[in-house]
Amino acid sequence: MSEHTLDARNLLCPLPVIRVQSKAQTLADGDTLKVICTDPGALSDIPAWCRINGHSVLDTQNIDKEVIITIKIAKDSA
Amino acid sequence: MNPPRKAVALISGGLDSMLAAQLILEQGVHVEGINFFTGFCVEGHTHAIRKHDGAKPKRNNALWVAEQLGIKLHIIDVVEEYKDVVLNPKHGYGAHLNPCLDCKGFMVGQARRWMEEHGFDFIITGEVLGQRPMSQRRDTFPVIARESGAGERLLRPLCAQLLPPTLPEREGWVDRERLLKFSGRSRKPQIALAEQFNISEYAQPAGGCCFLTDPNYTRKLQDLWQTGAGKHYELDDIMLLKVGRHLRPRPHFKLIIGREEGENNYLEGYRRQFTHLRPAEHNGSLALIDGHAGADDIHLAARLTARFSQGRDLASVRMSVTEKDGPAYDVDVTPFTSEEIPQEWYL
Ligand code: SF4
Repeated sequence: MSEHTLDARNLLCPLPVIRVQSKAQTLADGDTLKVICTDPGALSDIPAWCRINGHSVLDTQNIDKEVIITIKIAKDSA
Repeated sequence: MNPPRKAVALISGGLDSMLAAQLILEQGVHVEGINFFTGFCVEGHTHAIRKHDGAKPKRNNALWVAEQLGIKLHIIDVVEEYKDVVLNPKHGYGAHLNPCLDCKGFMVGQARRWMEEHGFDFIITGEVLGQRPMSQRRDTFPVIARESGAGERLLRPLCAQLLPPTLPEREGWVDRERLLKFSGRSRKPQIALAEQFNISEYAQPAGGCCFLTDPNYTRKLQDLWQTGAGKHYELDDIMLLKVGRHLRPRPHFKLIIGREEGENNYLEGYRRQFTHLRPAEHNGSLALIDGHAGADDIHLAARLTARFSQGRDLASVRMSVTEKDGPAYDVDVTPFTSEEIPQEWYL
């Protein structure tokens, strides 16, 4: 299990979701992915994408103008 | 028992594709959604950059629809491949720069490739006969099926009974009797069906599913093609066309001026790629200069940008200028009055 970070700053949705989708394909079950976004829409879309695909959202933070979402990858249903 | 057949549904985020997918799900077919990001998509967030849209839910409707339906959604980045559709549409444009027929053929073609790669059996769309002037006609439906390569594996559940039976119907993968015969522009049948399915919330896109049907947007796109290096674009170009006021005071440069905080924040992300300016001592917008601007041009841009600052009525406003890869300095300028800005500068 390893930790990864994805910089999705200055991307408008759905690009952060698309980046997360591609990154998730390269990760293993139980890996965590920290996604940093500036589009506040990511707060709704990345969790929705996770729910659809069976991944879990461990944490969401709103710091300054950035949204940081930490996801735990569930590979079976990816 | 045979495993269920699998369909890939084009999900736009609107009601029609949602209903089409639900109809097929109800027949016991395994459905997954596919959605394409072209760069021109109208989705909530691009608007949500602007504060006045803050009351709207900030969500991607396609993802939301997939979640309501309980299906997976695959969002595919087709920005590069889509350029040829916009730049060289074989079937031409609609009322604006919307190449709807080529676009539909392209998207169904992408879905067809995805279907083949993932071992799915057929494709469904939310198209309704006669609903859109260019792509949803009896004579253009076969064009989409043919040019996409989907052929008989393309099923349009909302109007299937008005069309010749497709492979999924003939093979009994779906029951044609339980498909529909919607036609025309009225939304009433869809709204009634939504009620029947207990779907009470859905997006109602006005006009079309993308910015290429929006005259304000396409005017700026035309300007980009006429004044840039010809008819082509990069993703950043077309994203920036969605944000800010665009003014072209000279053929060789235009100004992109944020209209409020959300847009200014978004433009901030681009500032290193452009000469940019903002008021030094007043609240006001960030402006990017797109093009080649000499000293006189920068002075003019500063006067224009000052017009959109809180110092607009003062005799002199101090503006901070940062040239692309160059020096940063302040200039004092007299803001333009609104009468001094020719209407034709606004794109
Ligand atoms: S409105 Fe836009 S996305 Fe929809 S079919 Fe036409 S060109 Fe394609």
